[in-house]
Amino acid sequence: MTDQSSLCRFYLVVSVGFKEKGYIMSKQAQSDESRSSKDVTKTIKFARFVVNYPWLVLLASIALLLGALYGAKFLEIKPDYRVFFEEDNAQLIAFDHIQDTYNKADNVMMVLTPKEGRVFDKSTLKTGQWLTEEAWQTPYSTRVDSITNYQHTWVTPEDEDYMLVGALLCVPAKSADFDSTCEHQSVTADMIDGLSEKQLKRLENIVVNEPQVVNRMINPEGTVTAVNITVQMPDDKDLEGLEGEAWKEKKLEILTATKKVADHVRQLQKQVEERNPNLEVRLTGVVMMNTAFAETGLGDMMTLTPIMLLLVIPLALFFMVRSVSGTIGSVLVIIFSIAGAMGVEGWLGIFLTAPVFSVPTVVATMAVADSVHLLVTYMQNLRNGMGKKDAMVESIRINMMPIFLTSITTVIGFLTMNFSDVPPLQDLGNVVAVGVIFAFIFSITFLPAFTILMPTKVTPGRSTKHEKMDQFANFVVAKRKLLLPLMTVICIGIIAFLPKNELNDEFVKYFDETIDFRVDSDYTTEHLTGLYTMFYSVQSGSENGIHEPKFMATLQDFVEYAEAQPEVIHVQSYTDVMKRLNKSMNADRDECYALPEKSLSENCNEVLKEPEEGVDLNTRIRELTAQFTLMYEMSLPKGMDLTNQVSSDKAGTRVQIALHNLSSLEVLELEERFATWFEQNAPDYEVLGSSPGVMFAHVGQNNIYSMLKGTAWALVLISLLLMIALKSFKLGLLSLIPNIIPMAVAFGIWGIFQGQVGMGLSVVTGMTLGIVVDDTVHFLSKYLRARREKGLDSHQAVKYAFQTVGMALTVTTIVLVLGFLVLGMSHYVMNSHMGILTAITLAAALIIDFLLLPPLLMLTDRKNRSKKV
Amino acid sequence: MKSKVIQSLLITASVLLASSNVQAGEANKRIAEISEPQQKGLAIAQEMKAHNTGWGDSEAKMIMTLRDKGGSETDRKVRVKSLEVEGDGDKGLSIFDEPRDVEGTAFLTYSHIKGNDDQWLYLPALKRVKRISSSNKSGPWMGSEFAYEDLSSFEVEKYDYKFVREDELNGEKVYVVESYPKYDNSGYSKTITWVDQEHFRVHRIEFFDQKGDALKTMNVSDYKLYLDKFWRGHKQVMTNHQTGKSTVVTWSDYQFNTGLDEKDFNKSSLKRAR
Repeated sequence: MTDQSSLCRFYLVVSVGFKEKGYIMSKQAQSDESRSSKDVTKTIKFARFVVNYPWLVLLASIALLLGALYGAKFLEIKPDYRVFFEEDNAQLIAFDHIQDTYNKADNVMMVLTPKEGRVFDKSTLKTGQWLTEEAWQTPYSTRVDSITNYQHTWVTPEDEDYMLVGALLCVPAKSADFDSTCEHQSVTADMIDGLSEKQLKRLENIVVNEPQVVNRMINPEGTVTAVNITVQMPDDKDLEGLEGEAWKEKKLEILTATKKVADHVRQLQKQVEERNPNLEVRLTGVVMMNTAFAETGLGDMMTLTPIMLLLVIPLALFFMVRSVSGTIGSVLVIIFSIAGAMGVEGWLGIFLTAPVFSVPTVVATMAVADSVHLLVTYMQNLRNGMGKKDAMVESIRINMMPIFLTSITTVIGFLTMNFSDVPPLQDLGNVVAVGVIFAFIFSITFLPAFTILMPTKVTPGRSTKHEKMDQFANFVVAKRKLLLPLMTVICIGIIAFLPKNELNDEFVKYFDETIDFRVDSDYTTEHLTGLYTMFYSVQSGSENGIHEPKFMATLQDFVEYAEAQPEVIHVQSYTDVMKRLNKSMNADRDECYALPEKSLSENCNEVLKEPEEGVDLNTRIRELTAQFTLMYEMSLPKGMDLTNQVSSDKAGTRVQIALHNLSSLEVLELEERFATWFEQNAPDYEVLGSSPGVMFAHVGQNNIYSMLKGTAWALVLISLLLMIALKSFKLGLLSLIPNIIPMAVAFGIWGIFQGQVGMGLSVVTGMTLGIVVDDTVHFLSKYLRARREKGLDSHQAVKYAFQTVGMALTVTTIVLVLGFLVLGMSHYVMNSHMGILTAITLAAALIIDFLLLPPLLMLTDRKNRSKKV
Repeated sequence: MKSKVIQSLLITASVLLASSNVQAGEANKRIAEISEPQQKGLAIAQEMKAHNTGWGDSEAKMIMTLRDKGGSETDRKVRVKSLEVEGDGDKGLSIFDEPRDVEGTAFLTYSHIKGNDDQWLYLPALKRVKRISSSNKSGPWMGSEFAYEDLSSFEVEKYDYKFVREDELNGEKVYVVESYPKYDNSGYSKTITWVDQEHFRVHRIEFFDQKGDALKTMNVSDYKLYLDKFWRGHKQVMTNHQTGKSTVVTWSDYQFNTGLDEKDFNKSSLKRAR
C-alpha cells in the first residue's frame, strides 16, 4: 500500500507547484519531509490540532452537520413535470399561453377494460356512469368526459326546431321529453337498465362513429373506454398577493395537490374494481405522471441509498481499509456528506425532484475515495510502527492536498451540469458538488478525530495483489505493439456505433416497466388513445374570427392533413362540433354533416340561398356559424363547455392531436411538418403549438448541445490544468485521449445495446470527466516521476506507474462502478441510465488507462528513450 | 305655493323613507326572533323577495366583459327586457347586439319555480326560432363566468336556506345565508349570500361546486334606487377561482314601466325583437 502515500505526495507537490510558480517539483519530490513550505506547516498545525482535540473537532463537525441539516426542513417534493423546464423555456411559455387562453389540460385518465364483453354492455355502462358521476368529486376537477356524458346533438322528430344537446345515452329513442332532467346531465343507471339490445347497438354505432369520441373516449372496436378527468391544479401563480399564514397554507396546498388527486382516483379505481370485478382500471394522464415522478424518485432514495450504505460501501471500504473502526468512520462520513448536501439543498430552496433523489447514491460513491486515501495511509503508518496520533498527522499532511485536488476536479465536473437546460439536472450537479465538498471537510476533520478516539486493530498488509499488478505491467509492456493497434481498433470499432444513439426524451419511458404509470400508459397508447399530444392554438387575428368560412375551411384542411399523418391517432377540433351542429340544425340530415359553407352544395342551410340586400354570402355564412356556436354554447352544462377548445373572444381555437408513442426526434419532425403546413396554407393565422411531449423533445435536444458545450469547456480547462501540473504540453495534449475516449467508447457501447439518449445521459460526460481525469492524472504523474526523477525509460516508467497506482485505481474504480450500478437499479430510467452509463464510462476509463495509454506513452516517448538507452 | 309643494314632497319623502326604514327594522326584528337557522334563512330570503316584488317590467342594457387567465378581454352587449310574473318565475328577453355576428339574436326565457325553464333562441341568420334544451342551468352564459342559473329570477322556493351569521361588509350590516338549490341540474352544491340588513340587497354570493369546493365569487356594487323602492346593482363582478377567469357585468339605462306585456315575450315577438 505504499503506492497510496507516494501517489499523494505527488499531489502535494503538484499543488505547491501551482502556487509557487517555477518551482521544480522533481527535485523536491523526495524531500517532502524536510521541506518547510508555509502550506505544509499549516497543514501539520491543522492535523495536530485535530488529533490533540478530537472531541472538540468531533463536536464542531457535528455542529456543522446539524447546521446544514436544519435546512432539510425546507426540503419539498415538487410533483410537477414542469420543473424540468426553465421559466424562459420557449415551449413552456407557448404551452402556458395556450393553457391561459383555453383551459388547462392537466388530467387523469381512467381507462376501463371489460375482461369479458364489450363497453356497450349494461354492466360496463352502468359502472362507467357511476364512475363519471363520482369523478366529479375528484379534488380540483373542473371537467369530466366519458361516453356516458358525451354531449350529443340531435333534433327531435316531434319538433324540427327543437335541437337537443345532451348526454347521448339519455334519449335512446331520439324523442323529446320537455320535462326530462336527463338531457344534459349524465344518464342514470335506471336508464341504462331500460335500454334494449337494439338501442344499445344503435348507440354504440353512433359513439364509435363520432370523431369527437372515437379513439379518445372509446376504441373503434368498442372494447376499451375512458373517463377523463380534467383538473385545475393550484400553482405558484396562486401565491401572488398572499402573505403569512395564507401564503404558507396555499404553498402546502400546491405541494400536496397532486397527491390528493392521485389518492382520490386510486380510491375510485379500487371502488370500480370492487363494484364490477369484470373491469380492469388503469390510470394515466399528466397528474399520474407527476405522481410517478415524485413516488419513483422517493422510492429510489428509500431503497437504493440503504443498499449503497449497507452493502456496497462497507464491503468496498473494508476490502481497502481493512479496519472495522475505519469502515464505521468512513460510513459516517458518507452519511454526514449526504445529510449535509441534502440540508444545504433545503437551505438553497432546491426542490426534491426525481433526478435530485439520486444525490445520496452519487454523493456516497464520490465520498468513499476521500476517506479511503486518509485511512489507508493511516493504517500503513500504524503498521510501520508509528503511534496513533503521529500516524494520523502524517496521513493528513500527505493527503490534504491530493484529496483537495481530486475533490476540486470532481466538483468542477459536476458543476458543468449547470450548462444543462434542465433545472433538476443543474440542481443534481450543484447538490452533489456540495456533497463532495462536505465529504472533503468531514474526511479531514470528523474522520481523523473519530478514528483517534476509536480502537484500531492493525492487520498485516498483503502483497500478492502487487505481484499480480507487476505481472500485468509486464504483460502490457511486452505486448505494447499488439495492444496499441488492437485497442485503437477496438475503441474505434466501438466508437463507430456512436451515431447509432438516438436522442430521445419520451416522458412515459422515463419510468421502467415496474412502475404502474408506465405500464398503464403503454396499455392506453396501444388500445385506446395517445398520451403524447400536441396542442395547436390557431388564432384568426380578429375577434370572432373563427366563424369566418375561410378560417373554418383552413382548420378543416389541417385536421384532414393531421389525420393523414401515420403518427396521429386522433384529432380533436372545433370543426367536428360545427359539422355535427350543422347537421342537427338541418333536421339531422346526414348529408349536412359538413361545415356550413361546404354543406350548401348539399342543399343544407337553404335560407342562405335567398339573397339578402346589402349582405354578401360570406358574411351570412359567418353569422350563421357564429349563431350555431352561440346556440350550442347556451345548451351545454357546466364542465362540458367549449372553453377548452375556443377562446372566449372567439378569435382562436385549440386543436388537440393525440399521437402514437413517438421518439423526440419523431415529435420534432412531425412538429416541423405541421409548421410547414401552416406556413404554406395558413400564413395569415397566428399558430402556437406546444405540449408536454413537445417540451420534453425540445429540452432534450437543446440540453445535449448545452451539455456538450459545457463538457468541452471543462475539458479545455482541465487539459490546461494538466499541462501546468504535469509541466508538459505534450502530455497535457495526450491526456485528452484517456479523458475523452472513455466517454466516446461508453456512448458507443450504449449505442450497441441501448441507443436511446435522454436528458439524463447528456450530463454523464460532464459528470464523469471530473472522475476520469483523476485516473489519468494518477497514472501520468507516476509515469512522469519515474521518467524525470528516477530517470527510468518509458518501459520501466510504465511498470513503475502500474506498481504504484495500479491497484489503487482498480479498487477505487470498482467502488465507483458498483456505486453507479446501484443507481442503475433505479426505476426512474433517467437515473438508472445515468448510473449505468457512468459505470461503463468509468470502467472504460480504467481499461483505457491501463491498456491504451501505456503503449501510447511508450510510442510517443520513443525518442527520449533512445537517447537515454 | 311652491314652498308648500316642496314641503309636502319632503314630508312624503321622509315618510316613505321612514316607512321603508320601519319596514326593514320590523323585518330585522322579526328575523332576530327566529333562532332556528333554516327558518331564519328562509325569513331572510322571503324578505329579499318581498323587497323586490311589484316592479312590473323593466328594460336595461348590459355589457359583459369576459377576461381569461392571460388577461385578454372581450365584450358582449345585450339588451334585457324583463316581465314580472306573479306566482311563477319571471319572463325574460335578451337581445344580443354584440358580438357583431350574433347581432339580432334573441333569447326568450320563461323561468319556472318548478320544473325546467322554457328557452327559445331566435337565430337571424337562419330566420328561425329554435327551442333549446331547457334543463341546462349550469353552463356558462354566452361563454361568461355567469351561468344561466345565476341570471334567472330569484324565487324563494328554489332553495333551502340556512342562516350562518350576521356580519359587516363594506361598513354595512349584513346577513350571511347559505342556500342549497332544490332544482335539478344545478352546478352548485351551495351558495353563500351576503344580504344587507337595510334594504335586503345582495352584495356578494360565493358559489361552491358539486364537490363542495369554492368555485366562484360574485360581488355586486353600484346600487341605484328605482321607483323609490327597487334597488338595482349596476356592477356585478364574477370571479372563477378554479380557472382564473372573470366576467364583469355593467348595467345601464334601467327603465321601469315601459309598457311591456305578455305579447312582448312570446315566440313571435322574438323575430321582431331586433
